Amino acid sequence: MENKKILKSGEFLVEETEAKNVFIPEEFNEEQKMIAQTCQDFLETEIYPKLDEIDTGKHEIMVAALKKAGELGLLGIAVPEEYNGFGQNFVTQMLAAETIGAGYSFSVAFMAHSGIGTLPIAYYGNDEQRKKYVSKLATGELIGAYCLTEPNAGSDANSGKTQAKLSEDGKHYIMNGQKMWITNAGFADLQTVFAKIDNDRCLSAFIVERNYPGVVINVDEKKMGIKGSSTAQIFYNDVKVPVENLVGARGEGFRVALTILHMGRIKLGANVLGAAKKAINDSVRYANERKQFGVLISTFGAIKHKLAEQVIKTFAIESAVYRVSSDIDDLIEQNKKSGMDKGRVSIEAISHYAVEAAILKVYSSEVLDFVVDEAVQIYGGMGYSAEMTVEKGYRDSRINRIFEGTNEINRLLVSDTAMKKAMKGEFDLFGIAEKLSANLSNIAEKKNSNENYYAEKKRYIRNFKKVALLAINAATKKFDKKLISEQEVLNNISDIMMEIYIGESTLLRVEKLETLKGNEGVKIYKDMLDVLVFDSAEKVRKSAVDAFSAIEDNVDKLINAVNDLTDVLSVNIKNARRRVADKLIEDNKYKF
Amino acid sequence: MKILVCISNVPDTTTKIKFTNNGTSFDKTDVQWIINPWDELALTRAMDIKDASGGAIESVTVINVGLADSEPTIRKALAIGADKGIRINAEPKDSYFVAAQLAEVLKKESFDIILCGIESSDFNSSCTGGMLSELLDVPSVSSVSFLNIENGQVKIKREIDGGNESVSTSVPFVGIVQKGIAIEPRIPSMRGIMSARTKPLQVFEPVQVDALVEYVNYELPQPKSACKKIEPENVKELVNLLHNEAKLI
Repeated sequence: MENKKILKSGEFLVEETEAKNVFIPEEFNEEQKMIAQTCQDFLETEIYPKLDEIDTGKHEIMVAALKKAGELGLLGIAVPEEYNGFGQNFVTQMLAAETIGAGYSFSVAFMAHSGIGTLPIAYYGNDEQRKKYVSKLATGELIGAYCLTEPNAGSDANSGKTQAKLSEDGKHYIMNGQKMWITNAGFADLQTVFAKIDNDRCLSAFIVERNYPGVVINVDEKKMGIKGSSTAQIFYNDVKVPVENLVGARGEGFRVALTILHMGRIKLGANVLGAAKKAINDSVRYANERKQFGVLISTFGAIKHKLAEQVIKTFAIESAVYRVSSDIDDLIEQNKKSGMDKGRVSIEAISHYAVEAAILKVYSSEVLDFVVDEAVQIYGGMGYSAEMTVEKGYRDSRINRIFEGTNEINRLLVSDTAMKKAMKGEFDLFGIAEKLSANLSNIAEKKNSNENYYAEKKRYIRNFKKVALLAINAATKKFDKKLISEQEVLNNISDIMMEIYIGESTLLRVEKLETLKGNEGVKIYKDMLDVLVFDSAEKVRKSAVDAFSAIEDNVDKLINAVNDLTDVLSVNIKNARRRVADKLIEDNKYKF
Repeated sequence: MKILVCISNVPDTTTKIKFTNNGTSFDKTDVQWIINPWDELALTRAMDIKDASGGAIESVTVINVGLADSEPTIRKALAIGADKGIRINAEPKDSYFVAAQLAEVLKKESFDIILCGIESSDFNSSCTGGMLSELLDVPSVSSVSFLNIENGQVKIKREIDGGNESVSTSVPFVGIVQKGIAIEPRIPSMRGIMSARTKPLQVFEPVQVDALVEYVNYELPQPKSACKKIEPENVKELVNLLHNEAKLI
């Protein structure tokens, strides 16, 4: 991937990427596959036999599972080697996150510990803090939690009321306040707590040990799903936090919180991917066993449709997950060369991709909800039985649209962040959008007589990008600074952007895959791409029409342009879906 | 003492088996390869013995007869904990071919305990261990379900009809192990995976050996026929079908 231009976040709207410059999951190396297999073996031996026991919420079961994961080194995959970790690159971290993502409640405890519970200190802590805490978090000797949300500060995290006042002797911060929805609260030894020092405008981050006097942990919440994961409120009553436990600089906590959330969002994309594959495997196995009317239900077109849709959407998010993961690795390498602080190179690179992080968070969590819903449906009445893992998967999925920033916040972030970055001059968006909007009559790129399969699909994606740009231009012209209050329109633009990024990532993956598997081997992947792009065109069109109807200016011309731009050649998507489903049914598991 | 574990590179046990070339060869497309489950348990036991030996077991080596594409499987064994890997660079043809290749290398490299799984999950010939001991002219013990070193002595238990049999033997010997040898295979840890790439993996060229068996043709088992339901009162029809259709009575 030499001479690859590293794009700014959101720049995919105005730039094309070559297939050779994206990383695809088919390129995992032997070591990465072995790490994934270890995660899988761990789930199969330590977690799957105990799923019901874990969901009773007894802390000792989850703690034992986390310690076991620690023994295998799985808690230290992202931690640098000097702190007992394995310093793996971001793609490998994501692959592990994907595999563990199929672990139901365990996956949430694992990610809370090894991600948001460990990495704020690993990335922003000083060397002493890292040695004292991170080296023990990496092995599972200590379990971590991340305490940001408060009763009145959820999506608006910086409005938190938890206070930290410097003691008279200057040795401690006296912390008072309350946190809620804290994952791993019931058993975490260590908390990264966000609080404001005196009357600071911004949060600061602190390391708080569980056994500091004044730390009171409530009983676990009773939840819809992920019942085995401990979630509780924590109260801080005059807790003396040593001054050396301030993480990063005073007032830097909000930045820490935001960057860690970007990371959490991207990793959630991987987690969700693993959960989706598990639900697909359950679905197809059942469809291949259950008979009605004397035949297996997997022979029915209606079931094949469901199975194929599960696969296509999952394959699409998988393509985007590893595309952005590898882009992050490239940026980390570049940051290292620029001499950036060693602890911060990773988090800076991860938070660079804020737009893509939000896309993965929203799109993937919604895909998982679709996949688990159809899994229950394929099981029929059995799917409603609490004895089936698809029932658990259905309930556990729902939280993904809520935590790590609600999908409402993240959906807005997709378009808003891209526009803000463009406004800051990181890349030209508005200039291109304005130019494009000036000539609507011949805006759609038409079929080229000798265009091949990929050229055709790329033309569609380019046209979808034009739709996004038209919408951005019209919306900013109409609402200017008030656009942020027009959340519905911003959401329309975000929806278009998500279709573009996910579609483009899938297209580039299939194109690259052809170089590995050849024309014949890639046919089934082209079927998936056909269905995806065909459906995307309709979604892009609908979102754009909604946006332009709300903007009201020049509506007819813009909608005509959108119709041209989303005009894709028809393919027999029923047959394409059937072929995808048939491969799944034949393999009896997700093997794409 | 040194332990050697012979490992086969076999298709994952959930693989859908397909044949090509008119049923004369196994279709390797998209197949995931693993350590033969019996061999993996043997390796697990070898590692357990080594870990508990207080240094008395000097090393655990794994050996495989296979082409370069079996190296990921060998490295997995190294990740599990084996200290060294050996690959004999040949496509395994039959049990005798494999045993003869192993014997040739083992004449040069000496080991005290040589472990083989009782069979491989692909060809299930159950011959290699016995042939190897014969070629090396050392004792062999089959169906080993327990193995330990106590005060320098090899203690073995074998599963026999209705009970266990305790055996001791001199070294070197070939132990042909059953599934009870270890409960679960070891999961490679991150440290193990990281260290696998730096452990030695030696490649030997094969010697000229003719296989004794030629695989002529493979067939998949017939798919199960549909279940026929008969009303409980209709015993006559049941007897008729058992006689004339199933031909069981």
